[in-house]
Amino acid sequence: MFILDADFMRIAFATGAVVGVLAPAVGFFLVQRQMSLIGDGIGHAAFAGVAAGYLFGVSPVGAALVAATLAAVGVEWLRSRHRAAGDQALALIFYTGIAAGVVLVSAAGALNANLFSFLFGSILTVTWSDFALVAVLGAVGLGIIALLYRGLVAVALDEEGARVSGLPIGLLNVALAALAGVTVAVSMRIVGILLIAALMVLPVIAAGRIGTSIRSTMLLSMGIGLLSVSAGLTMSYYANLAPGGAIVLLAAAFAVAAQIGAPLLNRTR
Amino acid sequence: MQPAVELKDVSFAYPGGPEVLSGVDLEVRRGEFVTIAGPNGGGKTTLLRVALGLEAPATGEARLFGEPADRVRDRYRIGYLAQRTRLAIDAPASVSEVVTAGRVARRGLLRPFAQADREAIADAISRVGLQDRAATPIQRLSGGQQQRAFIAKALAGEPELLVLDEPTAGVDVDAQEAFGAFLGGLHEALGVTILYVSHEFGAVERFVERVVLVRGGIVFDGPPAELPAHWHDPSHVHP
Repeated sequence: MFILDADFMRIAFATGAVVGVLAPAVGFFLVQRQMSLIGDGIGHAAFAGVAAGYLFGVSPVGAALVAATLAAVGVEWLRSRHRAAGDQALALIFYTGIAAGVVLVSAAGALNANLFSFLFGSILTVTWSDFALVAVLGAVGLGIIALLYRGLVAVALDEEGARVSGLPIGLLNVALAALAGVTVAVSMRIVGILLIAALMVLPVIAAGRIGTSIRSTMLLSMGIGLLSVSAGLTMSYYANLAPGGAIVLLAAAFAVAAQIGAPLLNRTR
Repeated sequence: MQPAVELKDVSFAYPGGPEVLSGVDLEVRRGEFVTIAGPNGGGKTTLLRVALGLEAPATGEARLFGEPADRVRDRYRIGYLAQRTRLAIDAPASVSEVVTAGRVARRGLLRPFAQADREAIADAISRVGLQDRAATPIQRLSGGQQQRAFIAKALAGEPELLVLDEPTAGVDVDAQEAFGAFLGGLHEALGVTILYVSHEFGAVERFVERVVLVRGGIVFDGPPAELPAHWHDPSHVHP
């Protein structure tokens, strides 16, 4: 049977394409600002959201979207107000999220296979309505990145200089944090909460070794993300693997290959 | 015309710390080239941060272009070069991209670039002599070339006030001399107000109109020719 004959694979590829492009696009700015691990922290908050969704009988994806976005903005708020150092703010959100998730899951009695599909990703449980939500949020996310691209680059290059020249640093940082929250929420069905941060970071690391400019590095990272998701889904279909793991292992392979191949590439330039 | 920078009886202390500045009065007129020097820990960077409205003075007031420094409109009129020897990001960034980032505030966050913006960016790159390296990742340039690229970034917004905070840190003496001469030429060509903050100012002494020595307060303010000989090395400044 051809892979795209199955309806669930068509949904998975369509959803994965959005995730593969969006996650590195957002992750690019997080990596440049030494905030690579924020996706992990937000993922744990998203887990609490999923659990709350089960407990209160509302959409787990919608609840995760709210929890992840609030957590991301919360980290940024704590960091920018100097109420906590960046890693401490992240630790606070990280552990609060996972603890709240565990408590809510046990209260809801939801320790089942469906919950695991959120943790590790699943191609069987994604529906066309999931895809519609992912597509809309992905398009909005990419649109916001395109709109704020120059400002986000200016802040990544030199936050103090951008502040002195009057750019709205607070607004840009909150927008980036909210985008990170949305990315985690929309990606968790395919990649899984535990691995989504890797898809935001590994393609960027790979592209950073071979790009020649900010723009080319960002576009390359989106291409590597898309390729990782497509190849990872194909692998998971034929080998019956968890898609999140397959996708992230491929992205890691790209990062390692880029590390090894970059010196050779640079010699030919 | 209002002065570019004005500090009136400014004092400042970081939370829980001793007073870093006290009784500072300073006026920088438009078009002046002034160096603010002094020993490390003497308060010159704090003075700069208060002057730019990044820190609020405990007493006194700071004004930029005649407006309160923390609420000044059109902050893009300030071109700022922070102390740094490398880019804040890991990704390769071309000279053109770095310089373009300096134009964003003047154009506005959401407005697309017009021809005038592209011309200002190209002009800033040409002015520092990097037009042939515009597409080159800045990480592949020498320290002196990187410094010129950052100057171009500060110039891309066509600033009225150019602020340089320890711009020659980590740069060898020859490059410092070349940089001083470059700034002197820039000041003459553009007439822009330049505030040059550094623990040493030998490289720009021939070009500046005033030297302001800071050690907790202003201990000297005048032309370089009037600077007492034993203060030419500001790390030995004593009030």
